Amino acid sequence: MTKQQANWSPYDNNGGSCVAIAGADYCVIAADTRMSTGYNILTRDYSKICKLADKCVMASSGFQADVRALQKHLAARHLIYQHQHNKQMSCPAMAQLLSNTLYYKRFFPYYSFNVLGGLDNEGKGCVFTYDAVGSYEKVGYSSQGSGSTLIMPFLDNQLKSPSPLLLPALDAVTPLSEPEAVDLVKTVFASATERDIYTGDKLEIVILNASGIRREYMDLRKD
Amino acid sequence: MQRKVALKITTTLCTKNGCLDAGTIERVQSLAFLIPQAFVANTQRSLHWFLRLRSSSIFQVCVMSKAVVDVPPKGGFSFDLCRRNEMLSKKGVQTPPFRKTGTTIVGLVFQDGVILGADTRATEGPIVCDKNCEKIHYMAPNIYCCGAGTAADTEAVTDMVSSQLQLHRYHTGRESRVVTALTLLKSHLFSYQGYVQAALVLGGVDCTGPHLHTIYPHGSTDTLPFATMGSGSLAAMAVFESKYHEGLTREEGINLVSEAICSGIFNDLGSGSNVDVCVITKGHKEYLRNHQLPNPRTYVSAKGYSFPKPIEVLLTKVTPLKEKVEVIEGGDAMEE
Repeated sequence: MTKQQANWSPYDNNGGSCVAIAGADYCVIAADTRMSTGYNILTRDYSKICKLADKCVMASSGFQADVRALQKHLAARHLIYQHQHNKQMSCPAMAQLLSNTLYYKRFFPYYSFNVLGGLDNEGKGCVFTYDAVGSYEKVGYSSQGSGSTLIMPFLDNQLKSPSPLLLPALDAVTPLSEPEAVDLVKTVFASATERDIYTGDKLEIVILNASGIRREYMDLRKD
Repeated sequence: MQRKVALKITTTLCTKNGCLDAGTIERVQSLAFLIPQAFVANTQRSLHWFLRLRSSSIFQVCVMSKAVVDVPPKGGFSFDLCRRNEMLSKKGVQTPPFRKTGTTIVGLVFQDGVILGADTRATEGPIVCDKNCEKIHYMAPNIYCCGAGTAADTEAVTDMVSSQLQLHRYHTGRESRVVTALTLLKSHLFSYQGYVQAALVLGGVDCTGPHLHTIYPHGSTDTLPFATMGSGSLAAMAVFESKYHEGLTREEGINLVSEAICSGIFNDLGSGSNVDVCVITKGHKEYLRNHQLPNPRTYVSAKGYSFPKPIEVLLTKVTPLKEKVEVIEGGDAMEE
């Protein structure tokens, strides 16, 4: 009897990409709607974006079962917070909560690559980017998922200051206007879809600003 | 190197610490048969090799061989480095990825001949490396071949057989037959035992009529009225099984092939972009490159993008860390 390594994995990768960009008074969060496994498409119409609080939206790619469990957990914790404090959680507070939740499962992680976007207490856009075990950072823009290697360099090129010596540093919050940021997101996803097989079908864009939440959809290549 | 060595061995064992009992000698002998090639140093009549056994004491084994047949290495794969590759992969070094076509290719026989179809996406893992590659390869004026699997393998094997067919045409003075191409391809693939990962759909019309064959990487073939191969083969075959019937007209055949390829393009992530079709009839062929383009780019920004100028260089200063030395030919060090 030959020995064989155990080959059942509790994880699967459902693919997809997410992006978030922070502006002076808005935040744009976008993700594609394709859910796949291996070379097959499970559905063309799956939302990876979840509204955690009034001013806080999370987009996650990776293993959608873990993502769904994580969203449920955060929703429950938010409800408790609302009962105890009589107000909604702010985006930086939710960011910290997400980080702690992820690290709690450090030794059996949520296979979930998250990007959190929203408005802070002053109404300025903020984006937080995470790894699978909770390491996070406040940034001006970020992307996660299978297309992130294709998307991130382009965002760096357009939004990042070429050198920290050239003032004012562009990084933190982009000076782009809201329509320009949405245009950038659409371009970036159209390009990622061309070259990444796991990204495509439809793009869901959520825009958060002082007047509330707005949702937009755009068709992507279906092949 | 694979060499067939016929040995009749009588072993005498001598150890550092005295003589061995019979049991140990048998074990050593059986080990000796298991790894004969690795350590064979071919001196005249006796073969010496050093065996390191479990207790890590080294035994010098002196073997008298009765007959040694020296066979020159034949063509084909040399498996010398397989053990090294296994060792490396255990240490975590990954083999470099191949560019596979992750494809949908199809063929069908209609009333006047055969129609071949293919998608145009080439992938390297999860990334599309070519959005519009050609998967329908020319074999002869009346024979074409679609290829799935490793792109280099399909290209190389179809080019090679295409050349062989041309030489054969010059030699015989006749139009090539599909079964000739089939036999050349299958015997090549079989001799490489599946290591040449090319899965092909071969179709053409010759003096004996229209023919369609599938060829698998290990060298087996099927002769079929309709066939699909590649990662999108199941999606395409679903369409064929529903809608194929004998005696299709040219228009019906082209539409059915396009539908099958589109099914692969939209439902299989390894296939995509455009549809290529090739129609072969008696004495005539039509290669419809990009017959359908169902996947245009969905969004092009109206305003375009500008790219910031690179940081200008203010000063270049090179400080060598070590003095440059001139290397001259070695003298007596290495001479025997």
